[in-house]
Amino acid sequence: MKQLEAVNDFVIRFANVNGSGSASANNLFAKAVFRMGVPVSPKNIFPSNIQGLPTWYEVRVNEHGYLGRRGDVDMVVAVNGQTLRQDYDGLASGGYFLFDSSKPLPENFQRDDVVVIGIPMTQLCNETFDNPRMRPLLKNIIYVGALASLLDIELQVLIDSLNNQFRKNPKLAAPNIQALQLGYQYAGEHFPRVCKLSIGRSDRVGDAIIMDGNAAAALGALYGGATVVGWYPITPSTSVIEAFGKYAETFRMEADTGRIKAAIVQAEDELAAIGIVIGASWNGARAFTATSGPGISLMAEFLGLAYFAEIPVVLIDVQRTGPSTGMPTRTQQSDLLACAYASHGDTKQVLLFPCDPKECFEMTADAFDLAERLQTPVIVMSDLDLGMNDHQCPPLQWDAARCYDRGKVLDAAQLEALTTDWGRYLDKDGDGICYRTYPGTHPTKGSYFTRGTSRNEYSGYTEDSTSYVRNMERLQLKWETAKSLVPLPEVKIRDPKTKVGAIFYGTTTHSACEAIDRLYHRGLAINSLRLRAFPFQEEVMDFIRQHDLIFVIEQNRDSQMRTLLINEGNLDPSKLVPIISFDGLPVASRYLSRALDAVLQEHGLLPSPTASGQGGAL
Amino acid sequence: MTFTRPTFRHPDLPPNAAGFNRRDYEGLISTLCAGCGHDSISNAIIQACFELALPPHRIVKMSGIGCSSKTPAYFLGKSHGFNSVHGRMPSIATGANMANRDLVYLGVSGDGDTASIGMGQFIHAVRRNLHMLYIVMNNGCYGLTKGQYSATADKGSKSKKGPANALESIDLCELAIQLGAGFVGRSFSGDKQQLVPMIKAGLSHGGLAFIDVISPCVTFNNNPESTKSYHWVREHSEATNTFDFVPVRPSITTDYLEEVVETVTLHDNSQIHLHKHPHGPDITDRRQAIDTLEDHKAQGMILTGVLYVNPESLDTHEILNTTLRPLNSLAEADLCPGGAALEAINAGHR
Repeated sequence: MKQLEAVNDFVIRFANVNGSGSASANNLFAKAVFRMGVPVSPKNIFPSNIQGLPTWYEVRVNEHGYLGRRGDVDMVVAVNGQTLRQDYDGLASGGYFLFDSSKPLPENFQRDDVVVIGIPMTQLCNETFDNPRMRPLLKNIIYVGALASLLDIELQVLIDSLNNQFRKNPKLAAPNIQALQLGYQYAGEHFPRVCKLSIGRSDRVGDAIIMDGNAAAALGALYGGATVVGWYPITPSTSVIEAFGKYAETFRMEADTGRIKAAIVQAEDELAAIGIVIGASWNGARAFTATSGPGISLMAEFLGLAYFAEIPVVLIDVQRTGPSTGMPTRTQQSDLLACAYASHGDTKQVLLFPCDPKECFEMTADAFDLAERLQTPVIVMSDLDLGMNDHQCPPLQWDAARCYDRGKVLDAAQLEALTTDWGRYLDKDGDGICYRTYPGTHPTKGSYFTRGTSRNEYSGYTEDSTSYVRNMERLQLKWETAKSLVPLPEVKIRDPKTKVGAIFYGTTTHSACEAIDRLYHRGLAINSLRLRAFPFQEEVMDFIRQHDLIFVIEQNRDSQMRTLLINEGNLDPSKLVPIISFDGLPVASRYLSRALDAVLQEHGLLPSPTASGQGGAL
Repeated sequence: MTFTRPTFRHPDLPPNAAGFNRRDYEGLISTLCAGCGHDSISNAIIQACFELALPPHRIVKMSGIGCSSKTPAYFLGKSHGFNSVHGRMPSIATGANMANRDLVYLGVSGDGDTASIGMGQFIHAVRRNLHMLYIVMNNGCYGLTKGQYSATADKGSKSKKGPANALESIDLCELAIQLGAGFVGRSFSGDKQQLVPMIKAGLSHGGLAFIDVISPCVTFNNNPESTKSYHWVREHSEATNTFDFVPVRPSITTDYLEEVVETVTLHDNSQIHLHKHPHGPDITDRRQAIDTLEDHKAQGMILTGVLYVNPESLDTHEILNTTLRPLNSLAEADLCPGGAALEAINAGHR
């Protein structure tokens, strides 16, 4: 048997029972890797369940910083009896199977191509710890200790993490550290030098942080000046609001009164959640909501009103696997078309596509400026993988000189100084964006009647066809203006002469870049474009024009971005080849490599194969 | 038919305490059917706001969809208005109120807009005790789509179309009382003497004030067999009480005969003086209020008047503990924690 061998380059999967307290142990492991300066990417693969069903935590360790999901498992920590067989069978050849040997492995577990490592976690735990409530939690810590020995993780890093975690309750630190050492010693005595995967201290992390996209989006809203939140609980978006609430209590409390400079209203449904946002934005507060696919469907009518009545809305869509309730705890990029063309009638919505927590922060903060400048909804298209998993990214930054762009709003003095009649829907500047007023600004000037019904430039009701057409054409002009305001795509030209390109966005970015890099090292250059916003600018269309074959890589069945590109750019569909992954798991780079190879072979473009090693080593 | 309202007013009409004339509270000319009860309610709103001397630009008027929801165009022409989508006025009002707690929020809806498509939004605005006056112009039918029964149509009532309504009706006042509205009243578009002071009291209440105004649809639901017709309501209504509303400053009285006077002081120190039968219900008692409504219903009577008042209820801002300053007045210095705080947050994620 050829055992897998690698330093700082492997995938380890923890198979646990949901609700057994494994999350904090697994997190302890991932954080330790990170604190040893090694890039790490943990992904929670969890069921729609509070307690009892199987859950997995997949950690990719990669010296080169390839942190998309890789696919294949090099080592498994199998502590869930329900999935023992599945976890055993799913392990890569040459991999390591770590299990709780308090009970022997069933006799039909007879693979001869994996290394079996039995640690009697339950037994060690029961012998050492009296408190039956603590035992299941400490059992998890025992396997972390065993891993530290097997993978050469610095024990002190783990001890420091535990001390930090329990700094408010040091009494709990001692048994945890004891459990850690128990596992470490047992593995050291019984399995010395058995595992050929290891973690070595490195300096590839720099000043990076590791956080989840939902917390980052919440911080973006906090820094962006959001004061009103309307929301309805839905996985995987709930933690955006919970994080915002937590930050608001810390940073928005008035010292003198104890009152909060924010209003977070848990609504009765998503219909009301977005209504609250629209009402607040109309009245001059920065407001947002967060939801997922089913909520988007419910919000669609109101999104049309906001588009037509020209009211800013910031909506964070943390996408999950659909349709309908779909797989609510699995990830996808499948709300794209529903958001881009959300609502009835002729509507188009501005979308932003963050790919890491830093962009969740920045794009959410920017979304408020954009929504108010454009007086229209802006939807931040996150997903479950980005929102709920920890991602390594550069530290968040805020420019001290930055001022909020509140857009075209007339204050009392400006209204007073008007010499001609003000019209709410009068395009004075030729950019399709008109001047608005907040209620209560001026005693006699600037009031108007907001409606979803057709109106003239002075917001007067009319069913006159020419007025309607004029208004819709102005909204189209505003859409053109939006192109100059939304973030540009990120283009990477690996070879100016190559005719093969790839387009991707959001969380597909990391695995797609890795697969493309891998092809580059095999001799095929593919230029790439990472979409960051909709509407698409000319840069996007230029990129497509410059290539003969474009892979559109995304995480949904129907190649929704490809459809959107073809539709918006009036493109030849045959030029855009869909590369899709829609199984509900974050897209894996190895899967993408195989999918790209298959298409390249069809086109006679496949470079000669080279040994790709087993991980990120190129 | 004319589509513009004459601007001429008698020069001797006195302005109100704030110096505004009645026409400052008027709106565009109504496009509803001639004789529509809703127009009487619009006029009562104009009269109430004028008498309360509210600055028109400090009032926000909001509505959903339907005949009733068109009316905000016909009153308070100097106020900002928002005609939203069907059944969703309460959420728009919630957001608007959260953004600026210093303005007066007046929501207008209909029985279709509130009791069917907007039922969820209505009851939850009531539950969160949003500081607003919520008026339902209740005609028991969908006027704008030509007369289908709404959820407030009484079982057995017949509209002009013919077949009797087979379904139980929803009593919005009972729901509002059950779910925590601090001011609940029912009136009739044909009783201006009752309606104007009721709207004034509702506007002065510190939480959600709900007024259900029976307002006959002259086109589709005003035949004698309809329990929402002018004729029926006049024959079958009974006032639980008569009352004067006394705002904080100017005192207004009406000429009802006095029987027993009970005074309820509202949040802003204005007062309602209730004149009622000696054995009439205590309107600050929620259970008595619902019992009284049900007793009258059993007798085939429509009970009008102020049905329930709880001046002590906490509104949404108090429940959420939000700042006393309007949230829409806060800028970067108040809202953005700045770079140093962000660096500390970064450090916590390493």
